[in-house]
Amino acid sequence: MARSNKPMVWSLFAAGGTVAAFVMPVLMLLTIMAGYGQLTDSLGYEGMKSFASGWMGKLFLLVVIVTCLWHAAHRARTALHGLGLRADKAVAVIGYGIASLGSLLAVFYLLRI
Amino acid sequence: MTQRTVELSILRYRPEEDDKPWFQTYQVPCDEDWVVLDAINYVKDHLDGSLSYRWSCHMAVCGSCSMMINGDPALSCKTFIRDLPEGPVRIEPLANFPIERDLVVVMDDFMEKLQRVKPYLIRSTEKPLEEGQHLQSPAELKKFKQYTLCINCACCYSACPQYALIPEFIGPAALTLAHRYNQDSRDQGRDEREDVVASNEGIWDCSFAGACSDVCPKHVDPASAVQQMKIASTVDWFMRRLGLGGGKS
Amino acid sequence: MSRKPYVREISHTTWYLARRRDLLHMAQEVTSLFIGIYTIMLLWGVKALSEGPGAYQVFLDALGSPLVIAFNWITFVIMLYHSISWFSVTPKAMPVQIGEEFLPGGIIAAGHYIAWVVVSAVIYYLAGGFNG
Repeated sequence: MARSNKPMVWSLFAAGGTVAAFVMPVLMLLTIMAGYGQLTDSLGYEGMKSFASGWMGKLFLLVVIVTCLWHAAHRARTALHGLGLRADKAVAVIGYGIASLGSLLAVFYLLRI
Repeated sequence: MTQRTVELSILRYRPEEDDKPWFQTYQVPCDEDWVVLDAINYVKDHLDGSLSYRWSCHMAVCGSCSMMINGDPALSCKTFIRDLPEGPVRIEPLANFPIERDLVVVMDDFMEKLQRVKPYLIRSTEKPLEEGQHLQSPAELKKFKQYTLCINCACCYSACPQYALIPEFIGPAALTLAHRYNQDSRDQGRDEREDVVASNEGIWDCSFAGACSDVCPKHVDPASAVQQMKIASTVDWFMRRLGLGGGKS
Repeated sequence: MSRKPYVREISHTTWYLARRRDLLHMAQEVTSLFIGIYTIMLLWGVKALSEGPGAYQVFLDALGSPLVIAFNWITFVIMLYHSISWFSVTPKAMPVQIGEEFLPGGIIAAGHYIAWVVVSAVIYYLAGGFNG
């Protein structure tokens, strides 16, 4: 039997799951606070701009966005199969397609900040 | 000793007469120290000799009396009636396997998958007899000992949602057995086993639901074995792409 | 004697409703959809940031809409579930053997939970969350 190429996406899935587990709850909390108009110094345009201008900030945002997109795409594939959707090929193409596009866009936007 | 009458609701299927399975109920006077298997034996001996089921050791060693008890796969010799909730006890053959007759299931697929992972020591170089035995430290033994405790009861296949949805999946016990030999310091066959283990139908069909480990009566923890193999196989995959070994593709 | 094995069909769309264990597993799988949607929201924020103050303000205003806030609160709870369940099974994927004995899984999981709290506190602090 041929060895699978799933390690390629699985490694991103596992990395994304771990990244999400560590930072997503607090990022959610900050996003909600931004929605309530709080923390305007740090989460406002100037604060976020200076954060994302540094390479540390860029790297942080890039790692979070890329790994979490791939995590979501790969796990959603299993989830949708479990929920009864049998169009696995299409789900994979669409999911991984969104993750690839999102990853490229993240690089593109971050480089313009 | 206190006795109580327990209603057993047993799924019956007699291929000569039945088109589909149906539940038959029996009232069984159970002693306090009885396990489910004792109650089923009572049915066979006193109420209905036509009931078919597998059992042998009555001490959680042979692995043949596994069945669904109130919807969960378990060894009927290890499940005490007093630990079950009041009311009727629902007994069915192991889920995810075809029913041969009553509580007896067809295990051919499981047996075939066990063989596929080459569950035996493989040496690429045989050591001459005069050089003595292969020594193993307690730490090296501990690395895989837990995985040797599997008794092939197939409870894990019965609990596994992926095996239920994807019949081709090699499944928990067979993959764990592969890991048992991969982790053995005397073995050199990991690369050979990877052809099956690291295929799509191998570890990659596992969704880490963890049900296998929850139901395992011997605490083998197949979910852990499979995750460890996913990490090792992923390292292999990247090493191969980088031209740093990691076995054949 | 001829054989006639009976195959019990399972529902491909509702199988996980039968058992609590399967339902919790499916819930874990479904967290991925929320992670995906939030990540796209984050990407949208980065895009807005790259386009200047006007675009970023539109993004911030959108975050303030009741619908988005409601979605984010729900997602927050789902993220907590993801974090807790993810770290609880980490010891299975990465058991640690020291000398002869394996480290109890609880210790590995506890280490991750503590690290999670520290990481969250540091990010919250850097974002000025403790400044009143």
